[in-house]
Amino acid sequence: MTLIITGTTISIPSIKQLEELSGENVKLCMQCATCTGMCPMAAEMDHSPRMVMHLSQFGMLDRLAGSNTYWKCASCHACTVKCPRGIDIAKVMEALRQRVLRKNTNFIEPSALSAERIAELPQIAMVAAFRKLTS
Amino acid sequence: MKISYYPGCTLKTKAANLEAAAVASLAVLGVEVEEIDRWNCCGAVFSLTADDLIHQVGPVRNLVRAKEKGADQLVTLCSMCYNTLARANRIVRDDTVKRDTINRFMDDEIDYAGEVEVVHMLTFLAREVGWQKIREAVKVPLTGLRVSPYYGCTLQRPADVGIEPFGSFSLMTGLLEALGATVVPFAAADTCCGSYQVLNGEGGAKSTAAVIINDAAQAGAEALATSCPLCEYNLGKRQEQLITSGQVEAPVPTFYFTQLLAVALGVAPESCLFDLNDAASLALLKNKNCLVAA
Amino acid sequence: MCDADNTTTKKTIRVATGDRAILPEGAKTIPVYIMGKKYEVPETLTIMKAMEYAGFKFLRGAGCRGGICGACPTVYRMAGDYKLHFGLACQTVVEADMYLAQIPFFPANRAEYNIEEIGGAAEAIHALYPELFRCVACNLCTKACPMDVDVLGYISALKQGNIKKAAELSFDCIQCGLCASRCMGEIPQYHIAQLARRVYGRYIQPRAEHLQKRVGEIESGKYDAMLQELSAMSKEDLEKCYVEREREPDLAPPGTWQPKETRYL
Repeated sequence: MTLIITGTTISIPSIKQLEELSGENVKLCMQCATCTGMCPMAAEMDHSPRMVMHLSQFGMLDRLAGSNTYWKCASCHACTVKCPRGIDIAKVMEALRQRVLRKNTNFIEPSALSAERIAELPQIAMVAAFRKLTS
Repeated sequence: MKISYYPGCTLKTKAANLEAAAVASLAVLGVEVEEIDRWNCCGAVFSLTADDLIHQVGPVRNLVRAKEKGADQLVTLCSMCYNTLARANRIVRDDTVKRDTINRFMDDEIDYAGEVEVVHMLTFLAREVGWQKIREAVKVPLTGLRVSPYYGCTLQRPADVGIEPFGSFSLMTGLLEALGATVVPFAAADTCCGSYQVLNGEGGAKSTAAVIINDAAQAGAEALATSCPLCEYNLGKRQEQLITSGQVEAPVPTFYFTQLLAVALGVAPESCLFDLNDAASLALLKNKNCLVAA
Repeated sequence: MCDADNTTTKKTIRVATGDRAILPEGAKTIPVYIMGKKYEVPETLTIMKAMEYAGFKFLRGAGCRGGICGACPTVYRMAGDYKLHFGLACQTVVEADMYLAQIPFFPANRAEYNIEEIGGAAEAIHALYPELFRCVACNLCTKACPMDVDVLGYISALKQGNIKKAAELSFDCIQCGLCASRCMGEIPQYHIAQLARRVYGRYIQPRAEHLQKRVGEIESGKYDAMLQELSAMSKEDLEKCYVEREREPDLAPPGTWQPKETRYL
C-alpha cells in the first residue's frame, strides 16, 4: 500500500476527532507492527492493525470506511499491552467503530439472530456484541 | 468469613456450573457467600471511548449496591464481569471529573467514589484462603489430571486491572497444584478465544478457539481450566463443531476452575452441574478417578 | 387522598367534576404550558381535564380515566428545573408553571408469538426480544414509570433468566410505554414484561387445581339446571333471589364461612 500524503489527503479534523474519541495520540505510533503480530484476528482483517494506525495518523479515515478491521477487533487488548509506544490501540479501534455507530447505524442486527442461536449463546456474548457492534 | 458476591447474568443460566461449584467449594472452606441485592448486568465489555460515561453507569450501579451493603470488597467469578466492574471502579476512583458526572447522572443512588474493591475469586482464594488451607481441605486430589490454566483476555488485560502481571499465570497454577493436578503451561494461555466475535461471522471465534485448543493439546494438556463463560462457550461448547470440521484434532474438555476445586474438595459431582459442560468433561474426571465416591 | 379526621380546616370546595370540566365560580386558575403554549386552568383539575378545559379534545390517548388503562402518559417539567416528571394525565393534578406534553403512543417493537408454542424457557423471551441485551442499566425506565415499577429490576431479572422475578416485579405495569420512550437501548420493556407474565402464567405458575375441577363440573352439566331455573325467573323473583342471597362477610377469615345452601358446591 502506497500512501500519497498531500495537504488535500491529510485530514487534521479527522485526526483530532479520533484522538478525542479514543483519548490516544495516534501520532506516537512508529509502525513497528507489534500490534499486528499480537492480534488473534489479524488473519481475517483486510487492513492489519498497523495499517489502520498508519491511516489514522494522517486522518485518512475515508480509506478505512469499508474496512472490516475494527469490526473484527475483539477488544482483547493483546495489541495494547505490547505496544512499545504505549498506545491503547484497542481504544483507537473503538473510536473507529463509534464514528459509525454514533450515527444510528448497526453493524450487526440483533433481530436477524435466529432463535436457536440465541438459545445457545451465553448472555455475555450478546451483551458484548451488541455493545461493540450496534448503535 | 462472609463475602459480598456479584454473579453476572450468565452465571444464572448457561454458566450456573461456574457459580454452583464456587458456592459449594466456599462452603467447604468456611466462606459464606452473600449475593448483593438488585444487581444488574455489568455490560460485559468495558466502553473504551473517552467521552462515553453512560456505559459506566451499569457497572458503577452494582458497586453502589455493594457499598450500600457495607461491603469493602466485591467478589466476582466471571472474567468479563470482573474486568468491566474493576475498570469502571478505577475510573470512578481515579478521575474526579468523570466520577462527579456519573454521580450527578445517577441522582437516584448514593454517591460512589470507588470505596469498594473488585476482587476476582482467584485473587480471593490466594489472598484470603491460601493454597495451604485449600491443600489441606482436598479430599480427592486431582492426581494425574493434566490441566492447562487458560486466562484469556479479561483476567489480565489491561495491566491496571489484571489479577496478575501479563504473562504470569501463578494464581490458577497455584490453585491447580494445591488440588493435586499437573499444571501444563501452554503458549496460548492468554490468547483471545474470539470473544463476542462469535456473533460476527463464523470464522473468527472458531479459528482462534482452534488455535488455543490445539496448542493446549500439543503441550500435553487433557483439560482446560477457565473462569469465563464466553471462553467456555467458544472453547468448550463449540469444540465438537471444531472437531467435526477438522480444525481440532484431539478433544480437550474445558472446566471452570471452580468445578475442579469443588470435585477436589469432595463436593458431589451433581452439585457441580457438569451437564452444562460438554459431555467429555465429566467422563474425563470419572476416568481419572477424580470424583468423590457416591 | 382525603383526610377524614381533618374536620377543623374542612371547607366546602367546589371542584369541577364529571367528564366535562366546568370552572367553578371563584375558582383560582394557574398557568400551565401545554406543548409550549400557556393556558390558565383551574388548579383543582387533573392534567387531562385541564387540557379539555383549555380546548383540547381527546380522540385517542384517553381511556378509563381511572389510572389503570395506561392510555394517557404525560411528561412534564416544572419551570426553572431540569428534572423530568412522569405521570398519567387522568391522575396527576396540574401545578402552576408545569410544562407538559402527552405521549399517548411510542413506537415500540412488539414481537409476534403463540404462547402455546414458545415454551417456558427464558431463551424464548431472549429470542423474541434480543434487544434486551442492549440495556445499559441507566435506569431511566424506572424513573419514567408512573406506576413505580422497578423496570430496570425486571429487565435485569430477564437478562438473568429469572421469569418469575420479572413477572412479579412488573405486575403493576399498565403498558403506558413511558419506559420505552426513555430507553437508550431502544428496548420495548413493557411488551417484554407482558410476555414474561404470560410465560409465567402459562408455564411456571402452578395450576389452580380447584379451578380445573370446577370447569370440569360446569362442562359436565352440573349447573345447567340451575342456570335454566334462573333464566326462567321473572325480573321480580330474580331481584328477590339476589337480595336474599347468602353472602360471605367481608372480613371473614379464609375458610371459616360456609353457606347454608351447599347443593352447588
